[in-house]
Amino acid sequence: MKKIILQLIILSAVVVATQGCKKYLAVDPPYSQDAENFFETPEDYDRALTGAYDLLQSSFLSLWIGEIASDNSIAGGESVNDSQGLHQIDLMNHGGVNVELRNILRWNYAGVTRANYIMENKDNIEFSGKEKILAETRFLRAYYYFELVKFFGDVPLIIDKRIGIDEATQIERSPKSEVYAQIEADLQYAAGILDPIATVQGRATKGAALSLLGKVYLYQNKYADAAATFDQVIASNAYSLVANYGDLFQVNNENSSESVFSVQYSGLEGGSYGCLICLEGNAAPGFQGIRQYNGPVYGDGNSYNLPTQSLYDAFSPLDARRNHSILDIDAFIAAQPNPETISYAIGAGGHTGFYNNKYIKRLGELGLPDNDLTSPLNYMAIRYSDVLLMAAEAHYLNGNTSLAQQLVNQVRGRAGVQGVSVNSINVIYKERRYEFAGEGHRFFDLVRTGQAATFIEGFQTGKNEIFPLPQVEIDLAGGNWSQNPGY
Amino acid sequence: MMNKLLLSLTLSAFTFLAFSQEITVSGSVKNEKNETMPYVSVKVKGKNTGVLTDLNGNYSVKLVDSTNVFLIFSYSGYTKQEIRVAKRTVIDVVLVTDAQVLDEVVAVGYGEAKSKEVTGATGKVKGEDIEKLNVSRMDQALQGQVSGVTISTNSGSPGGASNIRIRGISTFGDNDPLILVDGVVYDSEGLNALNPSDIKSINVLKDATAGIYGVRAANGVIIVETKNGRLNSKPSIEYSAYYGMQSTSKKLDVLNATEYAVIKNEMFAFGGQPMPFNNTNLGVGTDWQDTIFSRSPIQSQNISMSGGTYNTKYSLGLGYYNQDGIVGGDKSNFSRYNARFNISTDLSTKLKLNSVLLFSTESRSTLPENGLGSVLYNTLNAMPDRPVQLADGTYSYLEEVNDIINPVAQIKNQYNWNTADKFVGKEEFVYTINDNFTFTNRFNYNYALVNAKVFSPLVWYGNGKYANTALNADLESPLVEIADNVFLERGAAVYEEKSSYLDLTYESFVNYDRTFNTVHRVKGTAGVSIFQRKGNSLNGTAYNIPNNSLDFADISANTAQGGFLNNTGSWEFKERLLSAFLRAEYAYTSRYLFSMILRRDGSSKFGGNNRYGLFPTGSAAWLISDEKFYSIKFIDYFKLRVSYGVSGNDQIPNFAYRALLNGEGVYVFDNVITQGAAIGRPANPDLRWETTRQFNAGIDLTFWKKLDFTTNYFIKNTNGLLFQPEVTAILGSYGPGGYPPIINAGNVSNKGIEVELGYSTNPKKNLKADFNFNFTSITNKVKSVPEGVDYIPGASFGVGGDIATRFQEGYEIGYFFGYQTAGIYQTQEEIDARPVVQDGAQPGDLIFVDQNGDGIINFNDDSDKTYLGSPIPDFTMGFSFNFKYKAFDLGGSIYSVIGQEIIRNYERQQPYANQLAYVIDRWTGPGTSNENPRLTTGPTKNTLFSSYYVENGSFARLRNLQLGFTVPTKLLKKLRIESLRVYAVANNLLTLTKYKGFDPDISSSNALSAGVDYGFYPQAKTFMAGIQLKF
Repeated sequence: MKKIILQLIILSAVVVATQGCKKYLAVDPPYSQDAENFFETPEDYDRALTGAYDLLQSSFLSLWIGEIASDNSIAGGESVNDSQGLHQIDLMNHGGVNVELRNILRWNYAGVTRANYIMENKDNIEFSGKEKILAETRFLRAYYYFELVKFFGDVPLIIDKRIGIDEATQIERSPKSEVYAQIEADLQYAAGILDPIATVQGRATKGAALSLLGKVYLYQNKYADAAATFDQVIASNAYSLVANYGDLFQVNNENSSESVFSVQYSGLEGGSYGCLICLEGNAAPGFQGIRQYNGPVYGDGNSYNLPTQSLYDAFSPLDARRNHSILDIDAFIAAQPNPETISYAIGAGGHTGFYNNKYIKRLGELGLPDNDLTSPLNYMAIRYSDVLLMAAEAHYLNGNTSLAQQLVNQVRGRAGVQGVSVNSINVIYKERRYEFAGEGHRFFDLVRTGQAATFIEGFQTGKNEIFPLPQVEIDLAGGNWSQNPGY
Repeated sequence: MMNKLLLSLTLSAFTFLAFSQEITVSGSVKNEKNETMPYVSVKVKGKNTGVLTDLNGNYSVKLVDSTNVFLIFSYSGYTKQEIRVAKRTVIDVVLVTDAQVLDEVVAVGYGEAKSKEVTGATGKVKGEDIEKLNVSRMDQALQGQVSGVTISTNSGSPGGASNIRIRGISTFGDNDPLILVDGVVYDSEGLNALNPSDIKSINVLKDATAGIYGVRAANGVIIVETKNGRLNSKPSIEYSAYYGMQSTSKKLDVLNATEYAVIKNEMFAFGGQPMPFNNTNLGVGTDWQDTIFSRSPIQSQNISMSGGTYNTKYSLGLGYYNQDGIVGGDKSNFSRYNARFNISTDLSTKLKLNSVLLFSTESRSTLPENGLGSVLYNTLNAMPDRPVQLADGTYSYLEEVNDIINPVAQIKNQYNWNTADKFVGKEEFVYTINDNFTFTNRFNYNYALVNAKVFSPLVWYGNGKYANTALNADLESPLVEIADNVFLERGAAVYEEKSSYLDLTYESFVNYDRTFNTVHRVKGTAGVSIFQRKGNSLNGTAYNIPNNSLDFADISANTAQGGFLNNTGSWEFKERLLSAFLRAEYAYTSRYLFSMILRRDGSSKFGGNNRYGLFPTGSAAWLISDEKFYSIKFIDYFKLRVSYGVSGNDQIPNFAYRALLNGEGVYVFDNVITQGAAIGRPANPDLRWETTRQFNAGIDLTFWKKLDFTTNYFIKNTNGLLFQPEVTAILGSYGPGGYPPIINAGNVSNKGIEVELGYSTNPKKNLKADFNFNFTSITNKVKSVPEGVDYIPGASFGVGGDIATRFQEGYEIGYFFGYQTAGIYQTQEEIDARPVVQDGAQPGDLIFVDQNGDGIINFNDDSDKTYLGSPIPDFTMGFSFNFKYKAFDLGGSIYSVIGQEIIRNYERQQPYANQLAYVIDRWTGPGTSNENPRLTTGPTKNTLFSSYYVENGSFARLRNLQLGFTVPTKLLKKLRIESLRVYAVANNLLTLTKYKGFDPDISSSNALSAGVDYGFYPQAKTFMAGIQLKF
C-alpha cells in the first residue's frame, strides 16, 4: 500500500515535471485587445487612425526648433541647462547628443509606425469608407516623413509594415529623393480621395493634402508642380483669409476659414512634464508664456522660445503683425492701468524683453490641470496665407511675377499694410518672415532658400542645413548609418 | 493533473487499525536538577495514544501489549527519549536539556535541516531579536543583522518600505527577494501587514541553494515563520506594549531671513539685475522646518497566548500599532491591527495538521515625498522672509519660486489614504508514511483588499503654481469646455480605488530520510507547486464635492452636472506558476554532505517559446572537526561549504512578451478628446527570465565554544537582464503610452565577502554578555549592456537637467556621471592662464576638469564627464550587543555604511529659492573660497551636475539602545505573574555622518535613482518605554 502511494506521488510529480500543463500557463490578458488580432471591424481601423493622428501633437517641438535655430528667437527657459538641446541649437553648436532632436526622430517615427500598422492590415476586411481611412493614413505618414526629411535629410524609409528589433539594425538610410517620392505618392493618393472640406474638424482634407504636396514640391525646387498644386487649392475656394490677423491665434477662432491644416489640441487633459508627448494640450503656449507672470491678459509660463530684437526690428512699426507676433513685455506692462501691481521674472536661460505673442498662455485659454503645461490652442500647421505666399514664391520662380505680386499683396492687404512691388524673390522671403514669425517655419525657409548662412549666426554651410542624427540612434540602429556631414 | 493531486491527498488520510490487550505503565519524569517535570508528553511509539505528566511529574499509560512497545518522552528544549517497555510496569525517566546551538533548525525550503547539516549560505534572525528593535516592519528589523543582506530605507515615513537586497543589486529591474511567510508570498509593500511580534524566526537563503524556489530565487529567499506554541505547556499569556515620542533626527541648516536677503542681493547683483531687498535686516524670519516637523507619538500593543497539549500546540496573538509621522503628524500616519492563530495538531499518529491564519487591517496616510513637489523639498526651498500665514489667516504664497509652494498649506490640503485588509493562511497536512517518508500537502492563500482614496480640494498656492486646482485665490472652480461652448465647473475631486488580490498556492511534496548502515544518510524531497495570482481593480474620480470639504469626500457625494467630468477605470490580471522540484542529499557520517537541487518552473509571464525553465544547484560541505585526524584544540567546530547553482528572476510585468493595444492613441476631433488605439509595447516572443549563476564558498568555525565565526565568499553573475532598454526610434515605440519592448540583455556581476562573528560569555554567575558583528563587502559591476546601447540613463539632476546616473558597462549600477571639479577660479588671470577653455567661466565659478584632454570643456557632449561616485557602499557593518547583569539588561545595535555617495538634489536652482547655510562660505572674491562657487542669477555652468553636488554618504548609526529591568520573580508570584520586564529604548539616537542632507540611509526601489536625495523623509529619532508581561 505504502509503495503504491509513493509510486503514485512520484508518478504524478514526474508527469507534471515532464509534461507541464500547457493550458494552465496559457493565460490571456483579460479584456485587452491584442495587436495581432485587431482590424476586424471598421471601428478598429478608425481607432488605429486616431492613434496615428496623435503624434501630430508633437508639433510644439518642431515649432521651437524651427524658431530657435533661426534668427527669430532664443531658447530661453529657467536656465541654460533647461532643455539644453534647444540652447545648443540656438547657438548652432548642437551635436550628436541632443534630447530634443532625438524626440523629433522618435515621435515622427512613432507616427510613421502607427500609420504603417494600419497599412500593414489594410486588406484585412472590406468596408465602405476604408479608402478614406487609408487616405488619411497616407496623409499622416507623408506629414511625418516630411518632418523627418526636413530635419535629418536621408532617413530610413519603412513602408506598410512594422519592423522587429532585429530587422531594425539592418535598415539603411534611404536617399532623401526616395523619401520625397514616397511622400508625394502618399499625398497624391490622399488628395484624390479626401473630402474637399472637413466634415469633422481636425481631419485631413483634400486641401490639406494638396497644400502639403505643394510645399513638398517647393522644398524640392519643383516650382511648376508646386505652382500648379497651390493653384488647385486656391481655385477650390475652400479657404479665405481671416479679416483680422490678430484674431488668428485665439482659441475662439480655431479651425477658421484660414486653417488649411491645424493640429488639434484640448485644454482638458493635462499630464506631466515627464511626458510632453502624452499631453492632449499644446505645450508651446505654456512654455512660451511669461515667466512667473502675475497680471492681466496673460497667464504664467516658462519663458521658452523668446523672440529676438532683430526680429522685432525687422518689422515696419506700421505693420500690425509685429505686435500680434511679438509681445514687448515691459511696454505692455507700462501700458496697463496699474503697472506696479504686475510682475514677471527673468529666466537665467536668457531674456530679450519679448515673448511669442501668437502661441502664448492667455488667461482665458488655460489648460487643466497644470496651466504651464497645456493649452487648448491649436497649432496652424498650414494657413491659407502660407498657401498664398508659397504659391507666390512658386509662380515668381516660374516667371509669373505679376501673379506672385498679386498673391503677396493679398496677404499684406489682410494685415493692413501697403502693397509692395515684388521685384525680387527676397520680397517674398521677407514677407514670409513677417507673416509667419513665431510659427516654426523660419529656419526651414532660410535653409531651403539658401539664406541661412546670411542670417543665422554660427551657421555653417554644408553642415547646419540638416541636423545631426543623435549618435545613440546611430548606435541603436546597428551602427550602419553615417552621421550627417560636419557633425 | 489537479485530480491526481487530490487523489494523493485523500490517500494520505489513511489511518491504521489495532487490536487490544491492556497493561498499565506508570512512573515519574524529572530533569537533571532532580526537579519534577509536569506536562511531559509520553507517547506510545507508532500509536495515536499518549498522556501528559501531571503537576508532580507523574504519568500512567495503558498499553495493549508491552513486549515490543516503546514509550517516547518529549518536552521541548529537552532531548527526546525512546524507552522500550519490556514488560516493566514502572519506568522513571530523567530528561536532559538539549543545549546544542548547532542543532538549531534552519528552514531550507520544503523542509528543514539542523544547521550542522546545512551546505548552503544561510542567515537567521530570531523572533526575540526582532522584538527588541521595536520596529513596525520586518525589513527594518533585518538591517545590520545578517551579513550579505543590505537593508536601506526608501522612506522614513510611517509605513515606509525598505529595500531588501540580498548580495547586492543584480538587476536593473526588480531586486526584491522572494519573501515567504509560512509559505505565503509577500511583496515588499505587503510586509506592512506583518506584525514583527508574530515572527518566530527569519531565515535567509543567500546562495544558490535558494534554487529550490527556481525562477523566483535569483534575488535570494527570505523564509519567515510565525510563532507557534509548545507541546505540553500550559497556556501562557504574554502582553507587551511600548509607547514613545518621535522627532526628526536632523534639521538642516538653512539661511535665515537676514542671511537670505544679503545673499540674494548679491546673487541678483552678480546677475546684473536689481537687488530685491532694500532692507536686509529681516531678523531670522520663518524657519520652515520648525513649521512642518513635529513631535509625534508611536505605540504598539501585543497580547498573545500560547500553549500545547501532548498532540496539539497553539498560539494566538492580537496586535495594535499606531505611528504618526514626524512630518505632518496624522497626515502621515500608519496604523495596523493584527490577529493571528497558529495551531498544529496530530489528527492521528500519522497525520498532522498545521494551520495558520493571519488577519490584518492597516491604514496609511501619506504626503508627497522625496521629489519635486514633496513637502520637504518645498520646506527647504521656501523663502525665510515670508510668514507661514498672513495677518488675515491666509497661507502666504511663495510666488517668486517656480514649483515651490507653502509646505504648511500643502500638508493642510493633502488627503491621501490607503487601507488594506488581508487574510493570509496555510493549511498543511503532513502525513508520516513510515519512518522514512513524510508526505506534505499544503494550501496557502493570501487575500488582500486594498482601498485608496485621495481628496483634492480646490486650492490656491499663488499665481502660476502647478499644484493649483482652483482658478484664483477665491477658490473659484475652473470651467471646462466639454463640447463646443458647453462649459462645466470643475470643483473639488475625490479619487477612489478598490483593488483585490488573491494568491493561491497548492504544494505537495514527499520528504525521505533514511540512514543505511549507520553512516550513509540519504535525504530526498520531491514535489510540485501550483501558484496563481489574480488581481482586479475598480477606480473612479468624481468632481464637485460639496463645500470643498473633506466631510463629503466620497464619490457618492459628488454634484458634478450630469457626471460628464467623472470618470472610471479598472484593470485585471492573472499570473500562474507551475513547478516541480527535487532535492537529493547524501551524507557520509556527519563529515561529508552533498546536496543536489533541480527545479522546473513554468511561468505565464513568458511566451510559448520560453515558458519553462530548469534550475539546477549542487552543494557540499565537509565537517573537518568531526574527522578522526582533527586536532586543533581551540577550534571546536570547523566546517567548509561550497555551492553552485542557477536560479531565475521573473519579476516583469505580465504579458510583456506580447504586443497589446495599451498605448495612448488620443486625438482631438471636433474639439472633443477622442480615444483611439495604439500599440503600447512591441512584442518580444523570445522573452525569458533573468538567470543568476552563483558560486559560494564558506567556512564556519567555533572557537573555545564561545566565539562563532562564519565567512562566505560569493560570485553572483546575472545574465540576460530583463531590460526595457532604449531601442532605435525607427521601431516607433516612443509615441504616447508607448514603451520599448522588454528584452533580455546585459549582465551584472556581484562579488563579495561576508563575515559574521558571534561571541557569548558568562564570566560571572550574574553576568551574561553577547556580541554579534557582521560585515559585508560587495563589488558590483555591470558586465555588459544591450548591443548598440552605451548606457541606460537613470535619474536626472535638478529640474530639466542632465542625466546624472547610469547603468553602464564596467561600472556599478546607478553610478554618478558628470563633471569633476577642481576648485574655483579665483581671478580672471587664472581663467586666461589655464590652457583649457571653459566657456562662460568667470572668477568664482567651478573649475571643470578636461577629461579628454582636448583643451576645451565640452558642454555639448559627454566627453568631459566622468565617474563621480556610486550609491553602492564599499561595505556595510552591523554590530549588536547585549549585557545582562542580575535584573538589568542593556542592549544596542549599530549599523554602518561606508563608501556610498549621495547626490544633493533637493536644492531648487532658482533665484529666490532658499539655500543651505553652507553658501555663506561662498566665493565672493579672490581667496574667499575654493569650494563653494559664486552665486548669481545670471547664466552659469555651476548648476550643471558635477562633483560639487556629490557628497560622501558614509554613516554609522546607533539604531537602537535599550535598557531593561526584569522584576524579580519573588515579587510577582503573588500576582500570578510569571515575569515582568520594563524597558526604555532610544532608536536612531545618534548618527555619525558628514552628509549634509536629512538622512544618509537613503534608497529607492529603482536601482538607478538610489543615491539621489530630493528631500528624503528622514527616519525619526524615537524615545520609547515599554513593558513585557507574562502570565
